[in-house]
Amino acid sequence: MIDIVKKRGDKIDIEKLSEKIGCPAVVISALKGTGVEEAANLAAKQTLSAPPVPQHSFSGRVEHTLAHIEEALLHDMPDERQRWYSIKLFERDAKVIDKIKPDPEILAHIEKDIVACENEFEDDSESIITAERYEFIEAIIGECQKIRNRGGLTTSDKIDRIVTNRWLALPIFALVMFAVYFVSVTSVGTIVTDWANDGVFGGGWSFFGLDVPGIPDAVGGALASIGCAAWLQSLIVDGIIAGVGAVLGFVPQMFILFALLAFLEYCGYMARIAFIMDRIFRRFGLSGKSFIPILIGTGCGVPGIMASRTIENERDRRMTVMTTTFIPCSAKLPIIALIAGALFHGAWWVAPSAYFIGIGAIIMSGVMLKKTKIFAGSVAPFVMELPSYHMPTAGAILRSMWERGWSFIKRAGTIILLATIFVWFTSSYGWQDGVFGAVDMNHSILASIGSAIAWIFIPLGWGDWRSAVAAITGLIAKENVVSTFGILYGGLSDVSENGAEVWSRLAASYTALSAFSLLVFNLLCAPCFAAMGAIRREMNSNKWFFTAIGYQCGFAYLVSLVFFQIGSFVQTGSFGAGTAVAIAIIAGFVYMIARPNKYEGIEQGMSISAA
Amino acid sequence: MTTLRTIKPGETVRVAGINGKGAIKRRVMDMGITKGVDVFVRKVAPLGDPVEVTVRGYELSLRKADADIVEVAEVQEL
Repeated sequence: MIDIVKKRGDKIDIEKLSEKIGCPAVVISALKGTGVEEAANLAAKQTLSAPPVPQHSFSGRVEHTLAHIEEALLHDMPDERQRWYSIKLFERDAKVIDKIKPDPEILAHIEKDIVACENEFEDDSESIITAERYEFIEAIIGECQKIRNRGGLTTSDKIDRIVTNRWLALPIFALVMFAVYFVSVTSVGTIVTDWANDGVFGGGWSFFGLDVPGIPDAVGGALASIGCAAWLQSLIVDGIIAGVGAVLGFVPQMFILFALLAFLEYCGYMARIAFIMDRIFRRFGLSGKSFIPILIGTGCGVPGIMASRTIENERDRRMTVMTTTFIPCSAKLPIIALIAGALFHGAWWVAPSAYFIGIGAIIMSGVMLKKTKIFAGSVAPFVMELPSYHMPTAGAILRSMWERGWSFIKRAGTIILLATIFVWFTSSYGWQDGVFGAVDMNHSILASIGSAIAWIFIPLGWGDWRSAVAAITGLIAKENVVSTFGILYGGLSDVSENGAEVWSRLAASYTALSAFSLLVFNLLCAPCFAAMGAIRREMNSNKWFFTAIGYQCGFAYLVSLVFFQIGSFVQTGSFGAGTAVAIAIIAGFVYMIARPNKYEGIEQGMSISAA
Repeated sequence: MTTLRTIKPGETVRVAGINGKGAIKRRVMDMGITKGVDVFVRKVAPLGDPVEVTVRGYELSLRKADADIVEVAEVQEL
């Protein structure tokens, strides 16, 4: 930061600083790269000489207690370590006490000393240490730093005056969000995703007039030319390339989004977003920063989930990851179009209702989950630095973009690969006329699985095997639901995006209610494998991953059930067992939302991260 | 007793003590709000919460609920 210090005209007396902290000091600017090498060299040299002696001492009473602790418990330890341990014991640090395993009698003796010291300061031991350290820092700064022009507004202050202004903040926020969404999802994002999905992993693309074949065609052609077995070709092209391609197709779009997010983070605006939006989102157990993942999630849940990385608090982040995919992503739009077209004559309200259901699901889940045991604890303190605005370097943005993108690509190569191969295998193989082999989907293993589990969905109004199979193939990519209906209802291997070819057949097998229930379930249940991979990545724990997926599926099931059963009751007026169950579920939801938070006020072990 | 929560933007106050305990108190103190330090309340977020303060030469944002544990005294006019 020395570049900023110089620009402001401030001065730091580096020699005096070195003397005060008992260790050589160097000025650096990480942004400009000045002094970094010098600092590294000096640090390397320093390891060869004698360890520096701490120059800081606490006030007499504290030092006395620390000396006492060292004397009683730590005299076997090397001298230079004793001080750190004595301070930690003074603060009653549970981990250090655990490690040292002091004699309980001696510990009780020390405790008396600490309490005596605390009584004198009228504060607890941890606070005494923190306060004294700050006093020391204040004293050093006072002696070593000369600040020019105190009180004047810096450029950062001027920007902040406008950007977080009471009246302008929200419009500016909306504008920034629109820009991020526009670039990463609608304009540039769509171009690169279409290129990757339909070009590279599809039917080929054009490179300045030169036709480049898509990977499936190229690989398929190459395999055919070397006389590869048909089943192996199918595995590689229809299974692996199609599956992983569907996932990797999102990568270019993700890179664009990650670059934009890195820019927002590094320039200092991300912290302001939390500042502006905190009020709304913390009611649902989310963070002000949860807005970005949800917004991006309307385009694609995968980058949306990955965008939750910017939320520091673990609980807020997990909650965001669990709820982000409730919002309909662009791949769910064909499902909406299919249902709206086939059963509702393209009614205008179907698509907006899908978004309202998504938003409602996020709010309901937030309020319910924050009162459950797994999200227990008082609301995490929101005490966060608002860093000065500054222009980030391109290198830093690219590095952040690459790190996040790469961690996703690695996952696509492992778990997602296995999952897609499994679905490919079960959907293209099965027994027909007593012989096992490649069959069409109607006779596949997946169709048998669908038949076996279809009864689960009877209470939801769509307990036939085709719908169950579509829900499973939707796990590879949500738009697959439409093509699966095309195959199963029309025997068509290729349908248009909204599946218009099979509308009439669908209309014959569904009622408006059961179709809407099917839609709700597919909107809210576990997302595609790519998004699940992202959830696993961000949760970084199998337990949390399965909790998230289980919750999403369970929630989707219950909500669909309520829609269908209550809808049937309203339509037919007959009160059945299903209606009673639906009412019981509603009562359950109301209780979960309205009940007092019994964990409120209970301290939770939370990670304290530097903002 | 006055707490930081009640201070209007544009005023500077001195911290008299931190009343909470545990994680919240620790976090507040770690960020430099300790007894005796001057805190300038810069602004309130557009939706009324949280607040932004200047402490030890940098900007910090904290919720009003958290600001409530910071006991302040001696309101000085700038």
